[in-house]
Amino acid sequence: MSRRLLPSGESAVLVECDSLDEVLALHDALAADRRPGVVELVPAARTVLVGVDADQLPLESAMTWIRRIPLAVPTAGRQGAGDAATIRVVYDGDDLAATARLLGITTEALVAAHQAADWRVAFAGFAPGFGYLVCDDWPYQVPRLDAPRTRVPAGAVALAGAFAGVYPRQSPGGWRLIGRTDAVLWDAQADPPALLAPGRRVRFEAAV
Amino acid sequence: MSRLVVEQPGALALVEDLGRPGFAHLGVARSGALDRGAAKLANRLVGNPDGHAVLEVLVGGFRARFDGGETWFAVTGAWGRITLDGLPLAPYAAARARAGSVLELGAAERGIRYVLAVRGGLDEPHVLGSRSRDTLAALGPEPVAPGRVFAIGSAPGASVPLIDQDAAFPPAGGAVTLALLPGPRADWFTDASRSALFDTTWRVTERADRVGVRLVGAPLTRRVEGELASEPTVPGSIQVAGGGQPTILLADGPVTGGYPVIAIVTPASLDAVAQARPGQEVRFRHA
Repeated sequence: MSRRLLPSGESAVLVECDSLDEVLALHDALAADRRPGVVELVPAARTVLVGVDADQLPLESAMTWIRRIPLAVPTAGRQGAGDAATIRVVYDGDDLAATARLLGITTEALVAAHQAADWRVAFAGFAPGFGYLVCDDWPYQVPRLDAPRTRVPAGAVALAGAFAGVYPRQSPGGWRLIGRTDAVLWDAQADPPALLAPGRRVRFEAAV
Repeated sequence: MSRLVVEQPGALALVEDLGRPGFAHLGVARSGALDRGAAKLANRLVGNPDGHAVLEVLVGGFRARFDGGETWFAVTGAWGRITLDGLPLAPYAAARARAGSVLELGAAERGIRYVLAVRGGLDEPHVLGSRSRDTLAALGPEPVAPGRVFAIGSAPGASVPLIDQDAAFPPAGGAVTLALLPGPRADWFTDASRSALFDTTWRVTERADRVGVRLVGAPLTRRVEGELASEPTVPGSIQVAGGGQPTILLADGPVTGGYPVIAIVTPASLDAVAQARPGQEVRFRHA
């Protein structure tokens, strides 16, 4: 693999990977060997940002650490951060039927596939606690809505691109809504504040 | 116990400290005082630790009453007419207010963000280890509404220091020059545009807030077309959107962005961005 290091100011470096799989592996490796002075460890779609307190860990030293870190061979049994989160979903989203039609499958098949998938939080973004979930076996690419909704309710369970997600709070949004959950995705007073931190495994389960 | 009663917050008054680093992986920005130097100075002037919570007051038109007891305070950041019970005060200096005294911050003449520190700090609840208001994520204390009462924390161990007032210097009145480091995606831009970034006199637009400051000037052109997968950004990142105009991302900026970052404003220069007014000229130099 190529690991391109792109300095991002005085106290951060962006590490560019070839694929999201490499991002996940690199993030796991850096998190497992986290050095004092690492302030931020932020995965994204093709990059991992390492932010440092340069008084504790000079950026040059951090870059040497990143260059030398070995990656575990990715396997099906990849380590997730902590226990899997189980999110109970009522599959009655406004876009459920239309999304299944777009994918050329039945509504029942989409709901079943969403529950069967072994999801993992790849990275967060868009809003506090919004995790982008990926799954190696998820075959679908879901186009975003042409016109984003101005108001998506908290707990909306959604799909976009190769990702699944859950809206942590009411916000605008262009993902296709397939269901809803009562699960608390974000609570700033809780520890940890986010249910879905990068690396965490996630299963969806139909609420009965 | 002493209190601060805000009678008029002006355009926007926010509680800020030095922010909440360490949560970007959950989608939470660092936030914190936009002019960090001004926040630290204001705290030091009244003997507080650097990270005590202060008020960041945009533009001015602010009036507050001290209540309950004597309170030391200091105003830094923007320069404008500061009065206590109608009498003008020197900027960047500690002053003592009696119970009932009224502090007013007039329209800023230099810079755009005042910082008001009170000895003991504003005793607001912490959210994720910080008392800062993040305007994008809506975390931390609500924007200050008229009549808002702040409890003031207990006095720090350090006394109010004697400081030479000549050490104070106001925000730039004319063109602001900012130091830049190369951005992670500088190579996405043409050589001509990378030079133009430094040769152009940019202007701060009205689209300037705690999330970012949009500049206008000669559009920058890209060498690499196509879409960039969203990647993490740091405060100070200059991202260039489709139209070729740069935006300097600030403390409340999104933690990831899909536009290439051509350069990064150094932390020292970011304080000057916090004080740049719409219409003001901006030039860049190599750090």
